[in-house]
Amino acid sequence: MLGSPFTADQAQALEALVAGMTPEQRAWLGGYLAGLQAAGLGAAPAALPQAPAAGPAAPAPPEVTVVYGSQTGNAAGLARRLADRVRGAGLAASVHSLGDFEARQLRQAQRLLLVTSTQGDGDPPDNAIAFRELLQSRKAPRLEHLRYAVLGLGDSSYEHFNQTARDFDTRLAELGATPLHPRAECDLDYEEAAAAWIEAVVAVVAADAAPGGPVPAGPAAASAPPSAAPAYSRTHPFPAEVLDNVELHGRGADRSTRHVELSLAGSGLSWEPGDSLGVFARNDQGLVELLLRAADWDPATPLEGGAPLGPALAERYEITVLTRPMLAKIAEVTGSASLAALLRPEREADLRAYLAGRDLIDLIQDHGLRGVPARDLVAALRRLPPRLYSIASSPAACPEEPHLTVRLLDYQAHGRPRRGVCSSHLASLAPGDTVPVFVQSNPNFRLPADPAAPVIMIGPGTGVAPFRAFLEERAEAGAPGRNWLFFGDRRFRTDFLYQTDWQRWRQKGVLTRMDVAFSRDRAEKVYVQHRMLQHGRELYAWLQDGAAVYVCGDEKRMAPDVHEALAGILMREGGCDRDAAEERLSQMRRERRYQRDVY
Amino acid sequence: MSERNGHAAGAGAGGGGPTGGPRPAGPPSDAERIKSSSRHLRGTILESLEDPLTGAVRPDDAALLKFHGTYQQDDRDLRDERRRSRLEPAYQFMVRVRAPGGVVAPAQWLALDGIARTAADGSLRLTTRQSFQMHAVLKWDLQRTIAMVNQTLLSTLAACGDVNRNVMCNPNPHVSALHAQVYEHARALSEHLSPRTAAYHEIWVDGEKVVDSRGIPERAGTGEAPAARPHGPGGDDEEPLYGTTYLPRKFKIGIAVPPSNDVDVFSQDLGFIAIARGDRLTAFNVAVGGGMGMTYGEPATYPNLAELVGSCTPEQLIAVAETVVAVQRDFGDRSDRKHARLKYTIGDRSIEWFRDELHRRLGWELAPALPYAFESSGDRLGWTDGADGRHHLTLLVENGRLRGRALDGMREIARIHDGDFRLTPNQNLIVARVSRGKRARIEAVAREHGLTAGEGQSAMRRGAVACVALPTCGLAMADAERYLPHLLDRLDPILADAGLSQAEIVVRMSGCPNGCSRPFLGEIGFTGKAPGRYNLYLGAGFSGDRLNCLYRENIGEEEIVAALDPILHHYARERTPGERFGDFVVRAGYVQAVASGKDFHAAAERGRAALA
Repeated sequence: MLGSPFTADQAQALEALVAGMTPEQRAWLGGYLAGLQAAGLGAAPAALPQAPAAGPAAPAPPEVTVVYGSQTGNAAGLARRLADRVRGAGLAASVHSLGDFEARQLRQAQRLLLVTSTQGDGDPPDNAIAFRELLQSRKAPRLEHLRYAVLGLGDSSYEHFNQTARDFDTRLAELGATPLHPRAECDLDYEEAAAAWIEAVVAVVAADAAPGGPVPAGPAAASAPPSAAPAYSRTHPFPAEVLDNVELHGRGADRSTRHVELSLAGSGLSWEPGDSLGVFARNDQGLVELLLRAADWDPATPLEGGAPLGPALAERYEITVLTRPMLAKIAEVTGSASLAALLRPEREADLRAYLAGRDLIDLIQDHGLRGVPARDLVAALRRLPPRLYSIASSPAACPEEPHLTVRLLDYQAHGRPRRGVCSSHLASLAPGDTVPVFVQSNPNFRLPADPAAPVIMIGPGTGVAPFRAFLEERAEAGAPGRNWLFFGDRRFRTDFLYQTDWQRWRQKGVLTRMDVAFSRDRAEKVYVQHRMLQHGRELYAWLQDGAAVYVCGDEKRMAPDVHEALAGILMREGGCDRDAAEERLSQMRRERRYQRDVY
Repeated sequence: MSERNGHAAGAGAGGGGPTGGPRPAGPPSDAERIKSSSRHLRGTILESLEDPLTGAVRPDDAALLKFHGTYQQDDRDLRDERRRSRLEPAYQFMVRVRAPGGVVAPAQWLALDGIARTAADGSLRLTTRQSFQMHAVLKWDLQRTIAMVNQTLLSTLAACGDVNRNVMCNPNPHVSALHAQVYEHARALSEHLSPRTAAYHEIWVDGEKVVDSRGIPERAGTGEAPAARPHGPGGDDEEPLYGTTYLPRKFKIGIAVPPSNDVDVFSQDLGFIAIARGDRLTAFNVAVGGGMGMTYGEPATYPNLAELVGSCTPEQLIAVAETVVAVQRDFGDRSDRKHARLKYTIGDRSIEWFRDELHRRLGWELAPALPYAFESSGDRLGWTDGADGRHHLTLLVENGRLRGRALDGMREIARIHDGDFRLTPNQNLIVARVSRGKRARIEAVAREHGLTAGEGQSAMRRGAVACVALPTCGLAMADAERYLPHLLDRLDPILADAGLSQAEIVVRMSGCPNGCSRPFLGEIGFTGKAPGRYNLYLGAGFSGDRLNCLYRENIGEEEIVAALDPILHHYARERTPGERFGDFVVRAGYVQAVASGKDFHAAAERGRAALA
């Protein structure tokens, strides 16, 4: 160490230390000292960290995430090779198909190397379609913390050569990410060009990872926590932006269920799995106009307080449901004889039959109320109530993004099509629209506190919504407890709500088992309770192991049938009588091991 | 008319360059692992069929199911919207029914018709290999469907997979005595080369495994015992010929009866050409190493025509076939499935090597090939009279697809008919051996249901063949069956204008370069590149004796029409008497003559250079 500023002892010690080091250790040490220098620390630290991985001063270089979009396996093969080379350079690397690469992983990645082919005339490979949609959607995360590089495979006989690689490159940059290395566009004979790119990128990544290299901003620095968020609530709902709104049934289904993703960003609202979201809807404009015509009202008529009638009917009042008190008030102010007759105590049954499935327009037409002053009638109307939907996403996995599972109420009654106010409103919303919402806590529908406790979930139809949140939560937390889901609907092919989500969680081992009942696929109708009974012995064993049972969905038929099935299983497998079985279920309720969210 | 002089192909006769020898053996492909660990094709198929969360089977089982005669597919038109709806693809199964030589009885027809209507999508497809296909069978119905097929005494076993497939045979109804002899050989060959695994019966027919006292699964069900057969080095007790890893790739056999080359005998891995004296079968010429499939961008893959290696007696047929299969089993490439057909096994070595190996294993030598002559690869549509006083009606079935009124009509005919039905390699259908008394009635039923011999259509349309392609075929890059009729609508006026409406020009279209419609034997051939875009090939021999050559790459409909219009007119003006379109385009210099499979890509290059 000629000319060094060290004393002989120091020089000797240093030489001995450096001689025994691996190249990685040397590189790290260089960066460490440079960092100290840069930080202006004159004094030597009291103690050197023992190993690079444990060093508080310089965290381990971030893992390199290699992702691929591949149709025939070429890009996948290159991605694996690339990851091997990265590891060969002493860095950690993981490889993912873009088909399995979730938004959360993209947000967390700091070094992203993307290999993708382009199919046909500029299309992404099948497993990259969802990723492209993610990047182009409103849900695309900001990526200022990300450094990336793109390798494209294509066929120059097509006009849109390597279009997918170009699109990804452009879009990642637009989202704030910084290129590590220029994109390569390979042709059918990709070997040479791809190999050159891989070598160049590995060199850049390795240099970049050395301490003293560029320091990523880190995801935490990218977004500041919202400050002084107003307290949104049922009385002061938050206008949530719609992020996505898709049909969950396949073509040919005889029903419609929408998957609606909302944003609570900036609201300060949060929820727990099992909670519901309250949604304030508007009445359908077509129905409001029909009502105005039926009653012969001018939409501009001012109501008490001055608000015009038309918008008030759309936004404030319930016009699709009739109630007894409402009819009584209307009978009083209008003096309608026929209405008064219907309200007589001895005609209770007639009244109930009349109220079922009828709305304000029916009332006006059936009881000759056309021309009655709007103010008189509107004074009798209820405020439009919010509708509650079980939240179908976990806040841990999708912070600030509640998902709703909304089945469209759509039927024909009394000669007119009828639609659920809220479901049809939500179905009509497009990304970018807003809808007023609040969080409705549901403390009686909570995952077990013990993450190792087994869970049995029974949720046919849209009743499955909270269980999607449960599973997502348990997956995110890495909860070791087993999970068993029962789902049912009409047809496997078109009505299997969230089918690919369940499949993914089963693949990952989060969903231990799932049984399904599709009632219209076979001559004999099969429902969830039949599946429970079919697997009664195993279900009983789960209960003996301390499983908690959750039931969500239809209150009138499903919930009693499921209860009956549970009692039947306890009797059959536990060898007890009815009373004992009921007592056992009551006991489970008290222990919060039998919870229901039925409607 | 093409003639071959009867000599076996000698060194360099195929025009191939010097052989580089076989590639060094790479690691076995994943397909080999799947086969060898499948316990003779059982895998976890039963577990897969029971999984209630998916209409698909596990990927390994999907590979194994091919051997059982069914392909997992999905409706690709729905793939994207279903993904958005968080639904898996609309999985469904294509079930292929093997009928050696394409012959079925009326009762079998009626049974297949019933299955198509109840378990599939209500259509029956006749394939280019004389098999039936039913589409859109759901996983939950698969066992029932295949069991029903077996009840008809037909089978789906080995309709797909790395084994010998359906043995094709000229359906020749005109010389019925000869057909009977040749057909009997096709049937025996098909049976002899069938896999022996008991897995098929366990899974589909019995549903339960039959275990004998030694605990070894026994072939169950029909009571027919597998032919006892000493097994070679690759075989084992359950599969004497195939062993645990079966063949490296699919294997195709076809038997042609000159002058018809409807089976495209040179496109087969193993082709036999029947040699007859009068109506007595005397010998078979043996041709090896044909195959259509290739992969874009991989010049080491190419379509190839089989080469003659000699002849054998009818009695020797099975021994020759089994030995050819065994050579391919032992030498075929098990590392790269794109390079695993017999044509590459031979192409990487030499035809002489192959013949020596064959002779060594047989313990005797093939006789020299015998003279023969092919005239055409097409069908004779309409009524013909057989030598035995019976009548035959060859119906045109566009792209082999029967549904709706046409399917109803065939059901009616099957209820009346006392002969048999024969599927042709051109996807047409022969109502064969119609007795005199029933001719008029069958004629009337056919006419009533729109079943015709293609009267009034252009000859090009009558002879055109397309594969299924989109939306169900997983390999397809473009439409074929759904698109070819439309393209022909564009070409028909050009043909009429050029006076070529009755000129027989062979048109073949496949949705990918794997070649199910044998596109490289089209005088005009198309292979899909992307939706709406095709490679255009020209210049195959009319009777299937020369491959075509790439003329335009990756073009759309307008370019196709613009390219063909002047060539068709040119052909109409300047063809010599009897000159076929495929020969003309070579003579006129539109494309180069392709001398052999190995010349396929080079010829296209020469063509490009010549034009430049």
